[in-house]
Amino acid sequence: MRGYVAGRLLLFLPAMLGVVTLVFFLGRALPGDPVDLMLGEGAPAERREELRRALHLDDPLPMQYGRYLWDLSRGRLGVSLRTRRPVAEELAAALPQTARLAGAALGLAVLLALPAALASARGGAARRWVRAATSAGLSLPTFFLGPVLLLVFAVWQPWFPVSGADEPGAWFLPAVTLAVPTSALLCRLLSASLSEEMGREYLTAARARGLGEGTAFRRHGLRNALLPAVTVLGLQLGGLLTGAILTERIFRWPGLGTLVLGAIGSRDYPVLQGAVLLFALLTLAATLATDLLYGFLDPRIRRDG
Amino acid sequence: MARGGGVSRKAAAALVLAWMAAAALAPLLAPAPYAGQDLEHRLEGPSARAWLGTDDLGRDVLSRALYGARVSLAVTAAALAIALVAGTLLGAAAGYWGGLLDQALGRTVDVLLALPGILLAIAVVAYVGRGFSPLVLALSATAWVGYARVARALALSLRGRDFVTASRACGAGGVHVLRRHILPHALGILWVQAAAGAASVMLAEAGLSFLGLGIQPPHPSWGEMLATGCDCLLEAPHLALVPGALLFSAVWALNTLGESLSEGMDPGRRHRVDAV
Repeated sequence: MRGYVAGRLLLFLPAMLGVVTLVFFLGRALPGDPVDLMLGEGAPAERREELRRALHLDDPLPMQYGRYLWDLSRGRLGVSLRTRRPVAEELAAALPQTARLAGAALGLAVLLALPAALASARGGAARRWVRAATSAGLSLPTFFLGPVLLLVFAVWQPWFPVSGADEPGAWFLPAVTLAVPTSALLCRLLSASLSEEMGREYLTAARARGLGEGTAFRRHGLRNALLPAVTVLGLQLGGLLTGAILTERIFRWPGLGTLVLGAIGSRDYPVLQGAVLLFALLTLAATLATDLLYGFLDPRIRRDG
Repeated sequence: MARGGGVSRKAAAALVLAWMAAAALAPLLAPAPYAGQDLEHRLEGPSARAWLGTDDLGRDVLSRALYGARVSLAVTAAALAIALVAGTLLGAAAGYWGGLLDQALGRTVDVLLALPGILLAIAVVAYVGRGFSPLVLALSATAWVGYARVARALALSLRGRDFVTASRACGAGGVHVLRRHILPHALGILWVQAAAGAASVMLAEAGLSFLGLGIQPPHPSWGEMLATGCDCLLEAPHLALVPGALLFSAVWALNTLGESLSEGMDPGRRHRVDAV
C-alpha cells in the first residue's frame, strides 16, 4: 500500500509543476505592462523604474521563473492589484464559501442519485423515467436551472433569499443548482454498474447460500457497483468547481468563482493566477484522493500497482 | 426500451435540424433586426407585436434568439472542428511514433486535465481578448484533449497490425501510413466522439457568454441573453426563460443524438439494450 501511495504522489508532482509553469508563462505573456496596470499610464518615469526593480521585471526570464517557484514554495502568491491585499488572503477568504457550496452539492447529488439508481436497477417503467430524468439533468445548463429555481422559490414563493450567503438557508438553492448535473451523471453510472453486477454469479451464489434478495444485494452487489461511481465522483470535482463559477455568478455567492470573475473584470492578474493554481491543486488532489480511495476499496488494484 | 429510445432519437434529430435551419434562415425569419432598440417598449412580455417579448433595451427577443442560434451553432461547429483536427493529428502522431512526442503530449494532457475546462477557457479569453476567434480558440483549447487521447489509443493499437507492417515493408513512410491506414480506421470512432462532445462545447460556449466572455454585444448569443435575463429576473422572467429553454432543447438534442450514435458503435451495449 505504501508503494502504491508513493507511486501516485510521484505522478502528482510533474502535473502540478506543469500547471505552475503554464500559469507563470501566461502571466508573462499577458498584453500590457503590469507596471502600467498598477500605476496607471501617466505615472512618472522614476516611480515606474522603481516598481520594475521591486518586481524584478528586468531580470532574465529563467531567473524570474526561479524566483516565482521560490515564492510559491513559501506560500507567497503576490499582491492583488485591486485591493492591495496578499492574494493568499483573498483566496483563503473565498475558498471556504466555495467548499461549503460544493460540499453541500456533492451530498445532495449522492442523496438524489442513489435512490434513483436503485429504482432504475429494478427495470421496467422506473428505469425509463430515471433515464429520461438523467438525460434532462445532463443537458440542463446551470445558468438556466439557477434562474428558474430563483424565480419559483425566491420570487414567487419567497422561501429562500435571492442572493448572498449570509441568511440561513441561502446555500440551498445554489447547492441544488450545482448538484443536479453531477447527480444525473452519478445516477447514470451507478445504474449502469448496478445492472452489470445484478447478473454476476457471486450474487447467485449468495442467494444459494440462503441470503435474501435484498441482503445479498446490499452486502455484495451494491459495494461492487459503488466502485466506478466513487471514481467518477472524485473526478467530478473539476466539474463541480466549473459549475461553482457559474452558480456563484447567478446567486452572487462570495466564493472563488466570484473572485475569479472580479479579477478578470479588473485585470487583476495575480489573483487570477493564484485562483487558477488553487483550482488545479484542488482538482489534482481530488484525483489523487480518488485513486487512493479506489485502492482502499478494491484490494486487487493495490496489489497490481 | 428500444422503441422509447427511437422516439427521443427522432425528436432530437428533428430539433437539431430545426435549429440548424433557424440559424441559417435567421435573417429571413427574424421579425425585427437583432440590435434594433425601442426604449418605449422595454421588458415587455410576449404579445402580438413581439411574440417572445422584448428585452431591457426594447429589442425583439425572438429575433435575438434566432440570431443567437447562429452564434451558438457557428462557434460550436468551429471549435469542434479545430479540436477534432488538432486532437486527432497530435494524438495519432504521438501514438504512432511514440518517444519524446508521446511523452510531451502525455504531460501536456495531464496539465490540461488538472484545470477545470471553463477555467482554462476563461484564462485564454482573459489573455487573448474577447470576440468570435478568442472564443473558438478558448473552447477548442479545452476540447482537443479528449480527441487526442482517443486518437493516441487507436494509433497505438493499430500500429502493430499486419496491414501497417505490410505497408511499411513496402517502403511507406510514417506520414503515408498515418494518412492512408491509421487515420481512416480511427475516424469513425472519432466522429462519434465529436458528436457526443458537441453538447458540452455548446454548453461551454453559453457559459462563457453568460459570464460576459463570449461574443460581445450587440451581437446576441443565448448565454448573453440568459445573463441579461438573470439581472432582470424580477421584472421580466421571460428574458431568462426563453433563451434558457432554447439552450436546454439544443443541448438535450445534441446529447441524445450523440448518445445514440455511441450506443450504435458499441455492439455489446446495443445487444444489452435489446435484451432488456
